[in-house]
Amino acid sequence: MAKTLFQKVWDAHAVTQLPNGQTQLFIGTHLIHEVTSPQAFGMLRDLGLPVKYPHRTFATVDHIVPTNEIKEPYSDPIAQEMIEALRKNTKDYGIRFFDTNTGQQGIVHMVGPEQGITQPGTTIACGDSHTATHGAFGAIAFGIGTTQVRDVLATQTLALNPLKVRRIEVNGKLKPGVYAKDVILHIIRALGVNGGIGFAYEYAGSTFDNFSLEERMTVCNMSIEGGARCGYVNPDDKTFEYIKGRPFAPQAADWDASVTRWKSFASDPGCKYDDIKVYQAEDIRPTVTWGITPGQAIFIDEKMPALETLNAADRLTAEDAYKHMKLTPNTPIKGTKIDVAFLGSCTNGRISDLREVAKYLKGHKVKSSVKAIVVPGSMLTSIQAQKEGLDKIFIEAGFEWRGAGCSMCLAMNPDKLVGDQLCASSSNRNFKGRQGSQTGRTILMSPLMVAAAAITGEVTDAREVFQV
Amino acid sequence: MSLAKITQVKGLALAVPGDDIDTDRIIPARFLRCVTFDGLGEHAFRDERTGPDGVDRPHPMNSDQAKKSSIMVVGFNFGCGSSREHAPQSLWRFGFKAFVGGSFAEIFFGNSTTLGVPCVTLSKDDLAQLSDFVQKNPTIEVTIDVEKLTVTAGDKSWKASIASSAREGLITGKWDPIADLLEGASKVEKTAGALVYVAKN
Ligand code: SF4
Repeated sequence: MAKTLFQKVWDAHAVTQLPNGQTQLFIGTHLIHEVTSPQAFGMLRDLGLPVKYPHRTFATVDHIVPTNEIKEPYSDPIAQEMIEALRKNTKDYGIRFFDTNTGQQGIVHMVGPEQGITQPGTTIACGDSHTATHGAFGAIAFGIGTTQVRDVLATQTLALNPLKVRRIEVNGKLKPGVYAKDVILHIIRALGVNGGIGFAYEYAGSTFDNFSLEERMTVCNMSIEGGARCGYVNPDDKTFEYIKGRPFAPQAADWDASVTRWKSFASDPGCKYDDIKVYQAEDIRPTVTWGITPGQAIFIDEKMPALETLNAADRLTAEDAYKHMKLTPNTPIKGTKIDVAFLGSCTNGRISDLREVAKYLKGHKVKSSVKAIVVPGSMLTSIQAQKEGLDKIFIEAGFEWRGAGCSMCLAMNPDKLVGDQLCASSSNRNFKGRQGSQTGRTILMSPLMVAAAAITGEVTDAREVFQV
Repeated sequence: MSLAKITQVKGLALAVPGDDIDTDRIIPARFLRCVTFDGLGEHAFRDERTGPDGVDRPHPMNSDQAKKSSIMVVGFNFGCGSSREHAPQSLWRFGFKAFVGGSFAEIFFGNSTTLGVPCVTLSKDDLAQLSDFVQKNPTIEVTIDVEKLTVTAGDKSWKASIASSAREGLITGKWDPIADLLEGASKVEKTAGALVYVAKN
C-alpha cells in the first residue's frame, strides 16, 4: 500500500500500543536546551532513573545566552545558573553538549542540521515547539513538554497519538523579493493559526522542490504557528547533498546504503492524504503581520482588515490586536514607523538569510532612529559569515553584529524591546510581550523586508527600496 | 507508581474569554529563567494582570473568583505557541485543576494531561452558554465528568469531548505514561536495534 513519509517513519519507530491506546514511539534523536531540560533531569533524579540512550541526546544552549557578552559569569546570575545546570546534567549523564567553548553552539534547530545529526526517516524530539524545523530533512520532528523530555531521557520513547497528514502544495516560481518566509506566512494566513491542530504538514510541489534546505527549514520551522506540531518535506538529492560530510553524517562506506534507505522514506506516489491544499507561488507577495498572532498577516501593499469584514471571533482578537499594536483598521501598514530591526532566530538566522540581505545592503545606511541588530543563529554561521565578509557589510550599514543565540526572538536574555517599541522582526512570533516588553510590538517579515525597514525607518516594500 | 484516578473535577469556575491565548501570555518568558517549576503559580498571566506601571489591570485572574476557582473556562486554541510546560504548571500551581474550552493547542493539551489536568472541549454554542453561566453564577459549582464526558453546572449539562487516550489515562490513574513506557524496555531495544542510525555511533 502506498504510504506517506509520516506513516513510514511512524511505523519504523512504533514500539507497541499502550493500554490507553496511544503508540509508544521510539525517538531516535533527542535535542535539549537549557530552558526546558533542568526540570526533566530533576524528575529523573527523583525517580532514580538513568538516561537510557545518552548517545542519542544532544545538547546546546541558546535561549539565555547573551549575544553581546562572552565572558562568564554572565551579568544575569540566573542565566549563569541555567547554563551551569546544563553543564552538570550533560556531564553527569554522558550527553554530548555543544557548549559555548566548542565553537559549535547555537540555536538548537540550527545545530542539529549543521552537525548532520538531523537525518531523513528519523524521529526527533526536543522540548521546543519549533522542532518541526528538522522536518525539512524528511524527519518527523515534534516539540514536547518537559515531562516528555523526562520520558525520552528515561526511555527514548514517547506516548503519542498518530497525526493526520495534510499535503500543502506550492507550485511555480516565487517572484523576486518574495521568500520562504512569505510562503509560510501566506499558508498560515490561509489556514489559520489553529488550522493545523491534529495534522502533520507535508510541504510539496515545485516551489519546495526548488527550495534549498535552508528555505525548507524556514517553512517547516513555522508549522507550529499554523497549529501543526510537525511539518516536513520529502528528502531528495538536495537533502543528501546538504548532509554529506557533516560531523554526524554517515561515513563514506555507509553513505550509499544510507541514501537508499533515506529515499525509501519519501511519500509514495498515489498515497492517501487526509487533506490537500494547493497554492500558486506567483500569487504570493511580501507578507507582514499586523496583529498579535502570526495568522494576522497581509501583503505589504494591502490595507489592514476593517473590523466589519471579520467574523465575531476573529473580530475580538483583531480588536485586541489593534489596541496592542496601536494600528488603525482599514489603513495601509506600509509607512508604519519602526524602532528596532531584528534579523535572526531559528526561522531566519541562517547563512543564506545573511547572504541575501548583504547582497542588497551595500551602500545603504540604517536610519538613525532605528536600532538594528543581526544575530547569526549559530557560531558556525557566524564564522562562515565573517569569512565571507558579511559582518563588515552589516556593520558598515549600521547594524550591530552579535554572537549566536535566540536573542530578541524571546525575552530570556538581555536583548529586549523597551516600552512600546515596534520591531520589524525576522522571527516567528508576534505574541504580546514576546520580545521582552509587555507593551512591545512585533511585525513579522522576511529578512530583506527587515533590512528595508531598518533603512527607511518604516514598514516598507523591500522590492522598492532595493530595486529587487 | 500509583496515581489518583481522575474521573471528576468539581469546583468553582473562572471564565477567561478570548481565542488564541498563547503560552507567552500565560507565562511570560522572563519567568522561564529558572531550573524548577516552584513559584510559577503567582506569575500566571502576569503581564495581562499587571500593567507596565505595576498597577493591576482588570483581568479575570485578578478577581476573588480566580482564587476560589479550580476550573478555567477558556476559548479556542488555548495554549498555542511555545512548548513550555511552565504554562500549565503555572496555572496548576495557581489552583486550576481542569480546563474547558473550544479547542486546545496540542502541546498544551499533552502537557496538561501528563499533570493530571483534564482539558475537555465543548461545542461552540455550548461553550458560550457555559462561559455565560459561570460569569452570571460565580458561586455555583461546575462538575467536569471525565468518565461520562459531561460538564454540569446547576441544572444545566453539556456534552464534552476529550481525546480517548487522555480520558483512558485520567480515569485509570495512568495519566503520567512513564510507568507504561518503562514497562516495554525489551520491545524498545528491539525497535532501536532495527534502526540503523541508532545502532551506529
Ligand atoms: S530562536 Fe526563537 S523560536 Fe527559535 S528556539 Fe530560539 S526562542 Fe525559540
